[in-house]
Amino acid sequence: MVNAHPSIRTLAAYLTVVAVLILVWKAAALFLGNALLPHPEEAVAAFGHALGTAAFWEHFQASSFRVVTAMGVAFGLGFPMGVLMGGSRRADGLLAPFVFLTYPIPKIVLLPVFLLLLGLGDVAKIAMIGLILWYQILVTTRDGVKLVNPKYLDSVRLLGGSRMHIVLNVLLPAGLPHGFTALRLGTGTSVAVLFFVESFATSSGLGYLIMDAWGRMNYPDMFTGIFGMSLLGAALYELANILEQRVCRWKFTQRGSRAD
Amino acid sequence: MLHIDKLTKTFGQGDKAVTALDSTDLNVGRGEFAVVVGPSGCGKSTLLNIVAGLERPTSGSVTLEGEHVTGPGAERGMVFQSYTLFPWLTVRKNVEFGLRIKGVSPAERADTARHYIAMVGLEEFENALPKELSGGMQQRVAIARVLANKPRMLLMDEPFGALDAQTRLQLQEQLLRVWRQEKATVLFITHDIDEAILLGDRVHVMSKRPGRLVEEVPVDLQRPRDHTVTVSQDFARLKKRVMDRLFRELA
Ligand SMILES: Nc1ncnc2c1ncn2[C@@H]1O[C@H](COP(=O)(O)OP(=O)(O)OP(=O)(O)O)[C@@H](O)[C@H]1O
Ligand SMILES: [Mg+2]
Repeated sequence: MVNAHPSIRTLAAYLTVVAVLILVWKAAALFLGNALLPHPEEAVAAFGHALGTAAFWEHFQASSFRVVTAMGVAFGLGFPMGVLMGGSRRADGLLAPFVFLTYPIPKIVLLPVFLLLLGLGDVAKIAMIGLILWYQILVTTRDGVKLVNPKYLDSVRLLGGSRMHIVLNVLLPAGLPHGFTALRLGTGTSVAVLFFVESFATSSGLGYLIMDAWGRMNYPDMFTGIFGMSLLGAALYELANILEQRVCRWKFTQRGSRAD
Repeated sequence: MLHIDKLTKTFGQGDKAVTALDSTDLNVGRGEFAVVVGPSGCGKSTLLNIVAGLERPTSGSVTLEGEHVTGPGAERGMVFQSYTLFPWLTVRKNVEFGLRIKGVSPAERADTARHYIAMVGLEEFENALPKELSGGMQQRVAIARVLANKPRMLLMDEPFGALDAQTRLQLQEQLLRVWRQEKATVLFITHDIDEAILLGDRVHVMSKRPGRLVEEVPVDLQRPRDHTVTVSQDFARLKKRVMDRLFRELA
């Protein structure tokens, strides 16, 4: 176990957690009775069955598309802006008041406005998830870039570099780990928001699946949706994790490993 | 080569003003290894930062080969005490950095980088990341990075100050070899008197703040030198002279 490949260890950890949760669940189901809480084996069986149906995967795909697009857009807009604000005092002075005065507002309450302005389709849903994640990526990247050791900036200038060289060769690589950390930690929030936006004005997505089954009091189906969303959340987290380790490989190398 | 004329630097204003340098002069000839020693906080780093172009003088001027220094430039290479390699770049990419900025072709800059990495004895580590290396190795890469840029002058601010004594000795001897090979002009700052005399052609002693170069001690020890010179009579004589002058500042 100790020497196993990291991905095998991750998988083993996931399976252990799932096993413990199922045990706790089983105990709760026995205590509460089947009317309130289905037994885990029933829910798992229903989930296993759903995995073989096209309907489940259509919902899964609709949800994945919304959340992945939102994450991509949030990173694509939030990261460069975070680097800009972290690296330029002028830009920060101009933009920071807007960002920080609106930061504490719970963006989720704007959903009706988004639905009114952007329609009932995917655009409003993606915009809602994207907006919330965008704030997190922007602020984390900005703060991280602000902490870059000024000696690196001096080094670029001393080697003949311009401001543009500093942005591309120091602020960008130094900011990336912060941007990716925000993206990874933001997966949880993103899936939570996804659930919320999918409980309105749509008939596709895992959020819809959950709410619809709940309305029909079909609890095994409801748990299929819940399992699906958990799976999506875990997959996104691991994906962001792998991406972060690929792009910021220098950050994950052992310290002093080659010293003589 | 380097000509410093009545250089004054005051930080802050009014009651809080701190004069770090007070109308100091210094000349360094081509190919010379000049060393500055002085009490802590006397303005040594300020002097070097102005020569590097990172700070602006309050008054006075710095000229390098007749050109006024107004900002940082690739013709003056700086090595700091703290490690300043880019942690996201490998050793070779770090050494190539200045050449990349100049627009040198990838093949040529890789060749140049390998040459200087070999000169500091790190050919096995060209693909390592800085944090995989010890502090001494990182400083050798920092020196290679500056040399690869072929600067007219090398500025070094206590580059070996954070290293243990043995590593420091090794790096001092290596620097002497590199200096001879490259026929470099060096302005070197240290608070280690042994280091100053071992390395320098001339040792300049700075007064306590506000800093001003108050004494110039020519080091007439034979070259090439290695650390055995530090136990010679002549070395002791020079050391006493520098120390006496320095202690008068500390008194
Ligand atoms: N940016 C700055 N703002 C205000 N004061 C400064 C600044 N930089 C240096 N000083 C002051 O100028 C004086 C000289 O500083 P400097 O760093 O040049 O000394 P030093 O001789 O290099 O010291 P050390 O031996 O500790 O390296 C100090 O009193 C310091 O506090
Ligand atoms: Mg200093």
